[in-house]
Amino acid sequence: MEASKVIHAIYTDDDVLMSAVKKVKAEKHHIEEIYTPFPVHGLDKAMGLAPTRIAITSFMYGCVGLTVAIVMMNFIMIEDWPQDIGGKPSFSYLENMPAFVPIMFELTVFFAAHLMVITFYLRSRMWPFKKAENPDPRTTDDHFLMEIPVHDNEESLAALLKDTGAVEIKIVDKDEDAH
Amino acid sequence: MEYKISNRLKIGAIICVVLGLLGVAYGFYESHQYKTVEDVKVLLANEDGHGGEHAGEAHGTAGHSEEASHDTMTHANAGQAEEAHAEGHEMSHEEHVLHQIHNRPYAALYVAAFFFFMIALGVLAFYAIQYAAQAGWSPVLFRVMEAITAYVLPGALIVLAIALFADKHLFVWMDPEVVAHDKLIQGKSGFLNKGVFIGLSLFFIFGWSAYRYLVRKFSLAQDSSDNNSYFKKAFRWSAGFLVFYIVTESIVSWLWVMSVDPHWFSTLFGWYVFASMFVSGITVIAMITIYLKSKGLLEFVNDSHIHDLAKFMFGISIFWTYLWFSQFMLIWYSNIPEEVTYYITRIEYYKLPFFGMVVMNFVFPLLLLMNSDYKRIPWFVVMAGIVILCGHYLDVFNMIMPATVVDRWYIGIPEIGSILLFGGLFLLIVFTALGKAPLLAKGNPLMKESKYFHY
Repeated sequence: MEASKVIHAIYTDDDVLMSAVKKVKAEKHHIEEIYTPFPVHGLDKAMGLAPTRIAITSFMYGCVGLTVAIVMMNFIMIEDWPQDIGGKPSFSYLENMPAFVPIMFELTVFFAAHLMVITFYLRSRMWPFKKAENPDPRTTDDHFLMEIPVHDNEESLAALLKDTGAVEIKIVDKDEDAH
Repeated sequence: MEYKISNRLKIGAIICVVLGLLGVAYGFYESHQYKTVEDVKVLLANEDGHGGEHAGEAHGTAGHSEEASHDTMTHANAGQAEEAHAEGHEMSHEEHVLHQIHNRPYAALYVAAFFFFMIALGVLAFYAIQYAAQAGWSPVLFRVMEAITAYVLPGALIVLAIALFADKHLFVWMDPEVVAHDKLIQGKSGFLNKGVFIGLSLFFIFGWSAYRYLVRKFSLAQDSSDNNSYFKKAFRWSAGFLVFYIVTESIVSWLWVMSVDPHWFSTLFGWYVFASMFVSGITVIAMITIYLKSKGLLEFVNDSHIHDLAKFMFGISIFWTYLWFSQFMLIWYSNIPEEVTYYITRIEYYKLPFFGMVVMNFVFPLLLLMNSDYKRIPWFVVMAGIVILCGHYLDVFNMIMPATVVDRWYIGIPEIGSILLFGGLFLLIVFTALGKAPLLAKGNPLMKESKYFHY
């Protein structure tokens, strides 16, 4: 159920924010989003976010890179034109493998790193002309903002948030075009 | 948090030592059954008989190339008497084999002694790094590390004693007969002579154990001190020791390990041996920590500490592989005869141990310890640790054996006996040392951070 109204609670301290998150979670309210100027250690755990799987994708990309390197060099150096270059044994891939290892290594790292970064951009929807999704510019400097959807419980929610140490509480209509 | 070596462990270790001694004695007895060239002739004839047509085939089809490769091979591995070739003073094939058979128990003893010594020295270096870096996670493990380093002094003296006892059975340059006929060794005799060998070795052993003695003393004194002066002292001594260590470790790896092949040299050999001792040392720290924790003695060690140790095992395993491969690939690529013979011997006669150790020391830990969750699971870390330790035993094996027994290697009673002997001794000394102080170095100013360390 999409709420049309959200409540924005603003904090000025990450410790206060952390305890607020725990309190709000304990009251079984759903936290839509939290905006912070810097990574707050343990925030994802407190919010109950699922762990990232980006390391797993990276491992798989690395395997792809290794395969690309092996297939490429096996074809070029061994199958297509097995020349004698300085007496290196180009009879089979294995015999000449030490010479290929630097490239195998670099391509593994290259694929693992770059594809993982691109995956990160795609999954977190970041690209050069992307419109910034920032409800309050102060959250990029020294304020923390917690966004909670409202379901006809404005007063109690606002009271709860005030209780957790929020310095500012705003109820805003959610702009459907923002995302 | 007090620990006392349990009777079961003590008896187990003593049984290991006794069994090991029997195995070593059997090794010497067995190898000295072959006293003369005639005995070897009988042995070789028997082997030919066993080999049957296979042997005949090899002689028939590859007779020529075999002879050629044999020539480079012996030249390379500095086995017993190839130096003689240079002077045209021939030694028969049987005599070579006889020497190799005689070398085996010495080499087996030396490999195992060096392996356990290197664990202790690796831990000492790791310990010094923790102090010098003022690491906040590791102080809870300091007493474990201190206990392992108790083996540095006895272990190093044992290695030196075996080196001198084995004499020319391990180090051909200790044989004046060989040196007299070998221009290459003569050229190196300013460094490779017994005076330098003993003098430097004793000096290094003194340096390592002096540091170990001092830092242990500071660590114990810090427990009951009301200020941090001992910690600061330990910090300064550790920083100084690391400088001393990296120089002496490098030189000792030339003296004790590389010089079994006095015709061969490699510039990154010191680093390579260092990586091996460092990763084995860290592995042993992790295993002993997990053991003590399983006994409920280290409740202040949490799985983040295990995770960090496993990360080190993982990272240094890869570092070892990097050095192994750099040494191998540079020599393979340029293929200069005087260098490459080292690897020809190994690939020709030690294919399985040589490449097997790469699998054990690289592929296995790489795949097993890459996952962050697995690094927190004790039995995963222990399993990886066992494979890494076996792999690094093989590493030392591959450094020593090809130069001393060449193709007459086998991991049999002398080798396993030696492992049991020094393994038992190692356990006895380490766990006795563990019992001598509380398991928590409570005076360390970083202790609180370390106790609450969380990754």
